[in-house]
Amino acid sequence: MIDWSRTALTIVVILGGVLTLAALLVWVERRLLGIWQERYGPNRVGPGGLLQSLADMLKLFTKEDWIPPFADKAVFVLTPAIVVITALMSFAVVPIAPGFVVADLNMGILFFLAMTSLAAYSVIIGGWASNSKFAFLGSLRAIAQLLSYEVFMGLSVMGAVLLAGSFNLSEIVEAQRHLWFVVPQFLGFLGFFMAGLAEAHRTPFDMPEAEAELVAGYHAEYSGMKFGMFFVGEYLSVILLSAMIVILFFGGWLGPWLPPVVWFFLKTSVFIVLIFLIRATWPRVRFDQLLSFGWKVVMPLALINLLVTGGVVLWKAG
Amino acid sequence: MEVLFYIAAVVTLVATVRVITHVHAVHALLYLVVALIALALIFYLLGAQFAAALEIIIYGGAIMVLFIFVVMLLGPLAVEQEKSWLTPGTWVGPSVLALVLLGEVGYLIAAGDHLPIDVMETRRKGISIVLYGPYIIGVELASMLLLPGLIGAYHLGRRVSKEPR
Repeated sequence: MIDWSRTALTIVVILGGVLTLAALLVWVERRLLGIWQERYGPNRVGPGGLLQSLADMLKLFTKEDWIPPFADKAVFVLTPAIVVITALMSFAVVPIAPGFVVADLNMGILFFLAMTSLAAYSVIIGGWASNSKFAFLGSLRAIAQLLSYEVFMGLSVMGAVLLAGSFNLSEIVEAQRHLWFVVPQFLGFLGFFMAGLAEAHRTPFDMPEAEAELVAGYHAEYSGMKFGMFFVGEYLSVILLSAMIVILFFGGWLGPWLPPVVWFFLKTSVFIVLIFLIRATWPRVRFDQLLSFGWKVVMPLALINLLVTGGVVLWKAG
Repeated sequence: MEVLFYIAAVVTLVATVRVITHVHAVHALLYLVVALIALALIFYLLGAQFAAALEIIIYGGAIMVLFIFVVMLLGPLAVEQEKSWLTPGTWVGPSVLALVLLGEVGYLIAAGDHLPIDVMETRRKGISIVLYGPYIIGVELASMLLLPGLIGAYHLGRRVSKEPR
């Protein structure tokens, strides 16, 4: 019984923490973008604009929840749920500190990859069910992008898995006690970071929702809290991406002096801010460049990385 | 555990039936995705964790996405045409065959010799050793089959004109 209540408590803490953080990040991103672009950003609601997300949420809840008459209604309503569910499910395997994890699965990484690949449906079906040209174009781009970068994501993770000798995320963190995997696996880290940006459709890979040409891409027809769920889902995947980078390549909760949870939080925050900084400073790439860069540069690098890592691991094992 | 197994089994069966009977192609494919996820859960419950994960990553995540992609590209979906194809007459053949199988299952249950679900955890290492040991020929043949596909796709996607983009 004690075990169950502990698991339930962990779930509540992680769910609450992650969702609050996602809402807070909306404000953090807008504020940081403002500062980097020499303006203020939202600073009116609450101290320093801290309650801006709350105000946004109130507005989204009171907006008219409009479903276009030409849309495929059932699928249209279902889609925003897929975004949030797949992102939240992935957090089940994320170890925040030793023992502080909902499900310490033996195949943790595979579970994460499975949830990432299921998240693709939200984009595809959302664009299709909207039954409008912009949304459809956005989802067409998204499919090509997500399918391509999923391959590299899986490949670049495998180097870290080889070094740790396990698919279990806690064991991967423990294997980095002496050396963070970012050193031997620098190519793997670069590949994973790029693939992750593409999976979370963040700049410079935010082609599916390019607002200048596609209105908003696959979620152009969504309004009210349904749009809000796409929005929250995007921030959830930013948190997830940062957390996975920290776990796989930057030693997870490991660090001197401070408690493990604090280290994990600090390291994750660094990557979240880095992703925001990329958005503030980089232009969006052209779509064919994005795909050819993936297949012609990232893919060979990931394969070579895997080959060399495998060779070194075998050679060391004797 | 057995309750979970039966629930997942029922979900798989219902979803699969809907795949066949649904007149709307994309909706049918979504049911197929649900069936694959439920099947992955069954694999997991039977101890084949690795197969479960691959089922979702490869079938649920990659292959079905491509299916939906192609169906979406086929343009306005011919629901009326699909309805005209699914006449009661078409059900006779499959129903008779399925009834035969149902009879066999009924006999097996009635014979009372049914085994409880036998859970045996399959490790990734075990799968790899088997794949790259006794079944290496199969792996090699499959990769040889995939290579022509890759080369063919490259050939079809090649740019013929020499003018700059």
